[in-house]
Amino acid sequence: MDWYPLWNSLRIAAISTVIIFFAGIFAAYYIARLPRLIKGVLDVVLTLPLVLPPTVVGYLLLRVLGPQRVIGAWVLETFGVKLVMTWWSAIFATTVVIFPLMYRTVRGAFEAFDETLAYSGQTLGLSNAYIFWRIRMPCCRQGVLAGTVLAFARALGEYGATSMIAGYTPGRTATISTTVYQLWQTNNDALAYKWVAVNIAISAVVLLTVNMLERRSLLRGASRARSVKA
Amino acid sequence: MSLYVDIEKRLGAFYLRSKFEVADETLALLGASGCGKSVTLKCIAGIVTPDRGRIVLNGRVLFDSEKRTDLTPQQRRVGYLFQQYALFPNMTVEQNILCGIRAGSRSEKRALAAEKLRMFRLEGLEKKYPAQLSGGQQQRVALARILCSEPQAILLDEPFSALDSYLKWNLELELSDLLTGFHGPILWVSHDLGECCRNCQKVCVMENGASSPVTDMETLVRYPATQSAAQLTGCRNFLPAHRCEGGVRLDGWDILLPLHAAGERATVSVPDGAITVEGGTHTARVSRVIRDLNATAVVLRAAEAPDAPPLCVVLPEGVRAAEGSTLSFSLLADRCRLWEE
Repeated sequence: MDWYPLWNSLRIAAISTVIIFFAGIFAAYYIARLPRLIKGVLDVVLTLPLVLPPTVVGYLLLRVLGPQRVIGAWVLETFGVKLVMTWWSAIFATTVVIFPLMYRTVRGAFEAFDETLAYSGQTLGLSNAYIFWRIRMPCCRQGVLAGTVLAFARALGEYGATSMIAGYTPGRTATISTTVYQLWQTNNDALAYKWVAVNIAISAVVLLTVNMLERRSLLRGASRARSVKA
Repeated sequence: MSLYVDIEKRLGAFYLRSKFEVADETLALLGASGCGKSVTLKCIAGIVTPDRGRIVLNGRVLFDSEKRTDLTPQQRRVGYLFQQYALFPNMTVEQNILCGIRAGSRSEKRALAAEKLRMFRLEGLEKKYPAQLSGGQQQRVALARILCSEPQAILLDEPFSALDSYLKWNLELELSDLLTGFHGPILWVSHDLGECCRNCQKVCVMENGASSPVTDMETLVRYPATQSAAQLTGCRNFLPAHRCEGGVRLDGWDILLPLHAAGERATVSVPDGAITVEGGTHTARVSRVIRDLNATAVVLRAAEAPDAPPLCVVLPEGVRAAEGSTLSFSLLADRCRLWEE
């Protein structure tokens, strides 16, 4: 069995999760501070990929990044690099598709954060960066982690947009999901089952992790409430 | 050393106008909830930006809308004790206190934190998290953290609202003890007159976003400047009155008070101290007896006009009254105040 699709899927998911970790947190933090109208518009635009069919996302990406399109042509001319049909092309697809998951989850966590903690930090003379990384982030840790894990899981399973922008080339752009599709097309059930099993195993581990994180946060909340009462 | 505040801020339909000056003393900002006390504190601390005005602390301009000065909260050096204390829940008591120390090496900071922990009787709690502390302990940690940051003024936002009332008394004594070591202006926001009276030298009453002139506590209680100030001092009786020959007459009552009214109608506030019972010149029917914790109050109604606004009177010790009985009383006109629109 050629393990390339697993390795490829994992690196695509990992890289796009790292990108989205920072982009999602950044967006969640700054968009919450914008005027209401701009916030509403950005909210819709940034959440759109969550509800759009992945094929539509893939189509739009091809329209922008394809070798005959504005950005794609410019990059090809300047750097001599084609943006589509390489293993890392899939990162564009997964990044766009998982961004809303991270953004939404982190924003929810930030909204639940007690702003007076930030204010009191400021009046004590703590820098805004310190307050962000040492107070806000630890307090919102559960939400940020849950968003990250969910984004990673979704990136791992991305099929529609990925298959359009990266295609399926065994040993080059094949991911688990495109491989399963290809195996089904070629009636290779034995191998398809193996990849399905691998996929289910990974997803189960991810979901278990999410559940554990949520349970921990619930338990912590409960114990905190109890000790406050006592 | 003083804090000068003169600011305006519009928040939707709410319009804040705060103006006062505090020397090295404790000034109470007294008012009902929603009157703008907390917003005033937030403007001073730099959390909320006023629309117009000036804030000066010890000669340092913290905010000036004309000169476009607006220091960050970090630069202002104003300590802020939040209602729920705002301790960082992810840090231990010691880490919380270390957060307040601005300068020094690691070991110097630790030494200072240890000293403050001892001063605030928090030894043994260093490694605990805020959620594991009692309300009083949380307050001490918050205050220790603030004093570590060496503020030039301290703002206390309803320091006891988060605590059970039976704890308040001791904690109030403790808080004022801990604050005695601090030399600088202190603003104490409260809606409780007694709390202000016990802990503050001066008072500034706020009403619908507007501050009134600073007075001392005694003046406020004796000669409240506005009707709402009279309400804050715990006065129970606000009776409608009309002008007549020689003063005003309370509606429905045969009581003439030699108070000067400019218009036809007025309101008379009758504080507890303005009423003496037994052997008085007026009589009334006791319509209700209310037993409070350490006093008994009666609701009096005019015998000839039972529908007239009642008068509530706290009985002195030893005086008893039954519902339906008749009680004689007098009003001391010089303790009553007359309010006109």
